[in-house]
Formats: sequence, structure tokens, C-alpha cells
Amino acid sequence: MGVAADRAGIQYRLLNRSKGPAVQGPRAQMDRELFKGAVQAIIAQTKNLTVIEGQVVDLVIRSGKVTGVVLQQGGELLCDGVILTTGTFLNGVIHIGTETTSGGRMGERAATKLADLLYGLNLPMGRLKTGTPPRLDGRTIDWDRLERQPGDEDPVMLSFLSSAPAVRQIDCAITHTNARTHDIVRENLNKSAMYSGNISGVGPRYCPSIEDKIARFADKDSHQIFLEPEGLTTPSVYPNGISTSLPVDVQQDYVASIVGLEKAEFLQPGYAIEYDYVDPQALSHALEVKALPGLFLAGQINGTTGYEEAGAQGLIAGINAFLAASGGAPCVLSRADSYIGVMIDDLVTRGVSEPYRMFTSRAEFRLQLRADNADQRLTPKAIDLAMIDEQRKAAFDQKMQHLESVRLILRSTKVASRKAHESGINVSADGPARDGMELLSIPDVRPAALAELFPDLQDCDPQAVEQVAKEAIYANYLDRQQRERDRLLKDEQSVIPDTFQFSAVRGLSAELLEKLERQRPETIAHAARLEGMTPVAMNSILLALRTKDNRKASVR
Amino acid sequence: MDTIFAEATAPGKAGVAVIRISGPAALEAGRSLVGPLPDFHRASLRMIRSLDGSTLDHGLVLAFPAGASFTGEDVVELQIHGSRAVVSAILHTLEDLPALRQAAPGEFTRRALDNERLDLTQVEGLADLIEAETELQRLQAQRVLSGEISAKVLEWRRKLIEAAALIEATLDFADEEVPVDVFPDVLDLIDQVRSDLLVQISGYGASERIRDGFQVAIMGPPNAGKSTLMNAIARREVALTSSIAGTTRDVIEVRVDIQGIPVTFLDTAGLRETEDPLEAAGISLARRRARDADLRIFLATKDTEIFDDLSGDDFVLKGKADIADGVVSGKTGQGVDQMIARIAYILRAKTATPSVAIRERHATAMRDAVSCLSEATDGVNQERDSEIVAESLRSAVKSLEELIGRVDTDDLLGDIFSRFCIGK
Repeated sequence: MGVAADRAGIQYRLLNRSKGPAVQGPRAQMDRELFKGAVQAIIAQTKNLTVIEGQVVDLVIRSGKVTGVVLQQGGELLCDGVILTTGTFLNGVIHIGTETTSGGRMGERAATKLADLLYGLNLPMGRLKTGTPPRLDGRTIDWDRLERQPGDEDPVMLSFLSSAPAVRQIDCAITHTNARTHDIVRENLNKSAMYSGNISGVGPRYCPSIEDKIARFADKDSHQIFLEPEGLTTPSVYPNGISTSLPVDVQQDYVASIVGLEKAEFLQPGYAIEYDYVDPQALSHALEVKALPGLFLAGQINGTTGYEEAGAQGLIAGINAFLAASGGAPCVLSRADSYIGVMIDDLVTRGVSEPYRMFTSRAEFRLQLRADNADQRLTPKAIDLAMIDEQRKAAFDQKMQHLESVRLILRSTKVASRKAHESGINVSADGPARDGMELLSIPDVRPAALAELFPDLQDCDPQAVEQVAKEAIYANYLDRQQRERDRLLKDEQSVIPDTFQFSAVRGLSAELLEKLERQRPETIAHAARLEGMTPVAMNSILLALRTKDNRKASVR
Repeated sequence: MDTIFAEATAPGKAGVAVIRISGPAALEAGRSLVGPLPDFHRASLRMIRSLDGSTLDHGLVLAFPAGASFTGEDVVELQIHGSRAVVSAILHTLEDLPALRQAAPGEFTRRALDNERLDLTQVEGLADLIEAETELQRLQAQRVLSGEISAKVLEWRRKLIEAAALIEATLDFADEEVPVDVFPDVLDLIDQVRSDLLVQISGYGASERIRDGFQVAIMGPPNAGKSTLMNAIARREVALTSSIAGTTRDVIEVRVDIQGIPVTFLDTAGLRETEDPLEAAGISLARRRARDADLRIFLATKDTEIFDDLSGDDFVLKGKADIADGVVSGKTGQGVDQMIARIAYILRAKTATPSVAIRERHATAMRDAVSCLSEATDGVNQERDSEIVAESLRSAVKSLEELIGRVDTDDLLGDIFSRFCIGK
């Protein structure tokens, strides 16, 4: 996904550039057509992969396991695993004002047969909502009157394999709603689908429609809008910040009230879309439906929103469908090692109450889960799963060696405080001696400041030195996190067998017991994160588990 | 793995208390308190000293190696006198050792389970124990979370969530219309919670007394009628709950309940100049115990003038009213009710400011939280990156979890979304 995105990226911005690396987020805007093309190209060159296009209308289920799909055009495709990624198509309903039409997105049919099928399987289902703004014709926008927002001067790529943007970079622009815009929206609030009572799905709080913004934050007299071109060749512009389900004529009115958009023409109206999702608590950490082996779900069907969230689940569902088919143990990423692990754990242990989006604040180990060390955290797992080629592995191994030699040099010598002080580092002259990592953890101490104290650094790969300096910023917090991490990993490895009877555990409250039986946590870590879990209940479960193990042992 | 410690017996009631230390640093910690440890599995009498070398108590010490202990780890157990002051002093000393921390509820059992140290026969008994623990915890939680105290705890929760939410808003929604400099507000919130916690920590002593009882020492010269008075106290309308003879220390303890306040009376050796080294040792112990008590009553005879060691609310009574011109007599009961009323009045005043921190564990949690909050404040002042300040704040919240409840990302996000208009 990162590789494809870098082939199509038309603007790069690093979020939180002025803050520490743990919260810096590389963002990029794609040319939609180029991105599609890049993904298709990657698929086309993948060996042993055949693409069959068609609409799936039914699943083939034999002895409680999914063994294939039925296509609308006729015929069955038999398989070991099926991954459903229905997006907003599952029973999708589009709302514009009081008009409602069935649809998966503008101009496409909804998937209703598939939805019937999932209801038929008695899976716990719910309904969510999301919105989208009108698409504007960029040729009718008065760009000259608007503040430009260019991308970063030194763009940070999404993939470690890319070094620079592949295509021409574009500027976005910023404009704002004003009092007149707000008046128009307020006067027509009752015409919005959102306020008509037609929508039962829950929308994300962090992506409110313009109606919501104006109704809920009445004291704000202006909201900013980012005008984002959707590609290099299309005139389509995405006005980020004004998603809506007002009738089209009202949309046109309020858009025309905005500076620079007075004459803007619509390519497509804004709308709200409601769709079905499956409560992800019905899934294992491998994203497999617990009640129906062989069926994997990924993306909006699991209650998430966002491209990265969907892409990450697709990856994990794909890996696990393959592992299940080939008899391997499931691949589950830990909360301690990746945002993917955090997301999937959140989904399957807690479910969702609104479309789920990833935020760095969701990660307990945020200081360790950084974009800059994503390869160090996850490439070893890809190597274990034989997912990357020799060339990429060799590049990774070499990078790790470079990093290790930098760490060795920095750790090799303790520098007396006086000496550090004399070389211009901001420490008191009578403090404790510090090694290079500790010196780099002092705010504003950059690797260049260590050149004199650690002359061997000169021979190191400069990128590796920069990378280790990023680790060092958080070195003081590593110990505390490491202890928490060890505890978590241990709990994640304590598996609760499928046959375990929670009802046989003494001392559990009725409420907790009900939750445990419904959710059937796969591990002790999973159980510990359930709402209402107490240390005492935890011990009772562990005790019952051990008893069981012991009984087995004595039988054997 | 951390090394953990805690009182393994129910606090405050028994004559003997057991303190258990478990984990890789347990043996080392044991040695720093008692010197060389006895052979594994063998009980041995040892002096228990604080890190500066002063004696805390003497008691039986046992050590167990990893693989042959209750938890499966290296374990040291100290069987000491059940006096609150003694237990507290030893727990504080352990807390000051590096790499040691107070055990969380159920943590010893948890480690025993993790290390598969429990066999089937033990399991049945333990299940009962867990159930009892559950009930105990429920009652404790109820006590912590009632009335005024629960309002206070909720307020900490709200303020900490707000402080964390303000920082997280600038981290996760930097490209949205959120304020850039939230730190003045964050510092203010942190400061409010921290000073509240400091008040609670200092009030902890009073709460501890409510739970574990006060100690009132009866001092005086030999033959002033102290023991007779003790007997009278024990026989009065007050309920006698236990009577422990501290044979090794020549201090007799009588535990009674005065108007709902648990009080332990200490009958100490008569104070006088002496050449006899044994008696001198008894007198020095009497003085020390009296000094550590919450209140001292000096029972005087007409020719004694030893009023040292007295302070604050302590008072002097002339004894043997039956045969001399005293005001109190254990023999006839004269003046005993008045004395008890006066004691009750004084102790009640001392309990006027109870603290949230009714358990040593809670006090520890608050101390940890204060240190994390200070770390957060320092971080802001040293202009460290926001995510580092956020990390300190997260640790503070985690320390207080047992008091304020678990704080999830959803709590923070809820606060952010209600405060700011997020969303492009």
C-alpha cells in the first residue's frame, strides 16, 4: 500500500513536524487514478494470482466451514478461505436531504444479498453512517483569492523503499465558512437527512457534517475548509470539512457563500451513507469470524473508517486466510508492537460505538510505535512469514547492522559530565557520567554535538545515526514501558482454550460471566481488557485454567 | 519481573503480622533488612533494621528459593509483631529499596498461578480465599467510594482526563482547529490534583489510625498503679477485643473500643534510674514504645517528677486515689470514666480529617502519581516534547487506576470531541 501510494502521491505533509518522532505522522494525498493503476500493477505482477471479477451473492458452507463463494453470473468458486471487504456497500442507503436511495456509493448498487446472508448466519450486526462533501469542478474555483497550502519541502515517503515523490506535486488551498454560510445551513437544518430522523446509523464524532458543526458548536462563526485536488488530470476537487446530507440546492447555496467558491460547479453532490457492519467482537484476533471458520472480514464491515485502517485489516485477514489454508498458526500482532495490533485488539475486545479511526493516543506504547521504526518492528515478522523477497531482506539486514554499530559506539563509553559540559552539551559539570544514548536523550542534543566525544560515529551511516538519535529521545522511558510490555506479551501468550468453561469459574459476577461467555476471549491479555474485569476475577480465571491444565497433566 | 512486597496478613488485628517479599530482588532486600538470611526453609530469629541501622523489630525470618516458594520466585517472609507502627515502618523501608514496589491486590496469587505453583489440593482452599478477597475488596471499594471522598476521586478523574485530553488534542488533531498552547491549562489542572493528593497523603496517617487503631501509653514510676488501671480500663463499659502479652518486650497491650475508636493501651515498665541492665533495657523499650504511641498518660505518685517525653495532648494524672490524694484509681474505679472520656475527646479530634487513602497501597499509588505529575510539570518547564509530557501524565493516571477507575482512550476522545470541533 505504501509503495502504491508513493507512486501516486501528489502532496506530502508530515503531521506534527515540530513535535517528537513518536507523534509525527506522514500524510500523503494520492491521485486516485494513479493509485488505482499502481495497485492493479502490483496485483498483475504477483505470481500465482488470478483475478476473477464478479458479484458474490452467497457463501458455500460445508460442515460449519466456508468452502467457497457463489457468483451472481453463476458458478461457484471453491476455496479454503473467504475475505469479505464490503466497504459501505452492505445494505448501503444514500441520503441527500429527504431523498433516500439504495446504493453502495454514488452511482453503484448496494450489496443486499450479501447482507441478507450475514443476517442469516445470525452474526451480530449494526449500522453506521458516514458522510462526504460535494465534489467541485476545480476549473470553476477562484484559486487566486485563496491561501495556498503547499506540501512539505522535504517530503517524507510512506514506504521505506521510496526515496522521492514519483509525480508532479500540487498545492491545496484553504478557505473558510462564514456567517452567511452558517445562516443558510441553520435555516435549512430541518431539510438535512441527519435531522430528518431517517438515519439510524451512528456517525463518527471526529468527522461531523457541516450541519453538525454549526448546530453543536454554535459559538464558532467560521470553520476552515481544505480544497484538495483529487488528481493531476481530473478537475475534481474535494472540499475537506463540509460533508453534508442537505438537499442539493441548499448545498449549492452554502458553497456559493464561501470565498473562492462563489461560482464553483458541482461534479457530484455531497451525501450521507448508511451501511451495515458486523460487530467485530464476533471476530478472532486473526479477523476470522469465530462462529464460521474460513470467513474473514476486513475494513468498514468491521466498523472502522479510513484507508489505512482498512488496508491494515486487509493485510492481516489475507495473511491469516493463507495461514489457515496452509495449516499455519494465526498471525496476531501485539498492541506492544504495532498500531495494527492496537486496532485489531480494540476492535475484537471492545467493539465499536462509532466508526473506528486510529489515533496515536490509542497506543499505550506510543513512544515505541513510531513511523520511523516501523520496519524494525514489523519487517522481521514479514521475514518469518516469507512475505518479502531476498533483496528487501538483505537491505533490511544491512540497515539493522548499521543501526547496531551506531548503538554499540554510543553505549561503549561513559562521558564524564565535565567533559560533556566542556564540549558544549547542556549538562551541569558535576552530574553523573552518561553514555551516548543518554546524552542524546537530553532535549536539543543532536548527533552532531557528539562528533568530538564519539569520533567513531564519523564512519557510521549518517541515516543510521539519525535513526538511533530518534530512539534515544525516549530512552529514559523505555524501562517503564518495557516492564509493561513484558507483562502484556506474557498475557498475550496465555491462551484460553475454546473448550474452557467460564461458568465453572468460581467468584465471577453474573455480568462479567455473561460478557466472558459472549466474547470468549482468546488469551489472558484479551480477557484483562474486557470492561468490568478485576484483578480478583482475573486470578479466578487463571486458577481455573491451571486446574484444567493440571487435570490434563494428571490424566496423561 | 519486578520484586513486590506486601503485608500478607489482614492488617491491624493479629498479634503477628507477615510481610512477604517476592521476586528476583527479594533475597537482596531481605539481607538489607536482617543481614545474612537463614538457610532456605528454616525459620530464624533476626533483628530487623531500617537502612540507617536503627532497630524496627525482631522476628522470625524465612527464605525460600525460586521454584520452592508460594509464588515460585525467590521469597523472603518476615514474621513480626502485629503492631501497626512496626508493620508500617518495615513497609516504608522496603519501599525505599530500589527495584521494589508494593504488590497490587492478588498479585502474589497471580504470580503463583503464572509459575504453576499451585497444585490441585491447594487450589480448592485458594478458591475460597479468592471469594473472601472479593468480598473484602467490595467492602473496601465501597468505603473508598462513598460520600465526600467519591466526589473528590471523581474530580481527580475529571481533571486528569481533561489535562490529558488537552495534550492529546494537540497531538492527534494538530491539523485541526485546536488551541496550540494548552500547557498553561494543563499545568493548572495537574497542580490542582497534585496538591489535593499531597493533602491526602499527609492525612493518610489519620485514616490509618481509624482503621488500625490508636495507641495510648500509660507511663509512670514503678508502683504508681498502672497495671491496676489497665485492668480497670479493660473491665469498664468499653469492649475488650484482645489482650496480647508482649513477653519479649515487657509491654502489655490491651485492645479496647472507645466510642467506636479502636484503642490499644500500652502498660509500660515503671520508669526509674536503675543499675540493673535488664531493667534498664525494659525501661528504654517502654520509653520508645511510649514515644511512638499517639497519646501518653503519665500516672504520677506524689513524689515523682518524671514528666519528660510528654507533649501535645498528653496528660498527667495522680493515681491511687483510693489511698492518696489522686484523681484516679484502678482499684475503686474512681475517675476512670472521666479519663476515658478525655481520651475519647482527644482521639476524636485527631480523626477529624480522614483521608481517601485508607490503604497503604492507596497511599503508595498517590505517592507514585505525585511523582509522575511532578515529572510532567518538569517536562513542560524543560520544554520537552508533548508526547513525553503525555507519557508522564498517562503513568500518573495508571498509578491512580485503582482509585479513579480505568481511563481509556475513549474517555480522552470523548472529552476532546465535546470540547473542540474536530473534523475536516
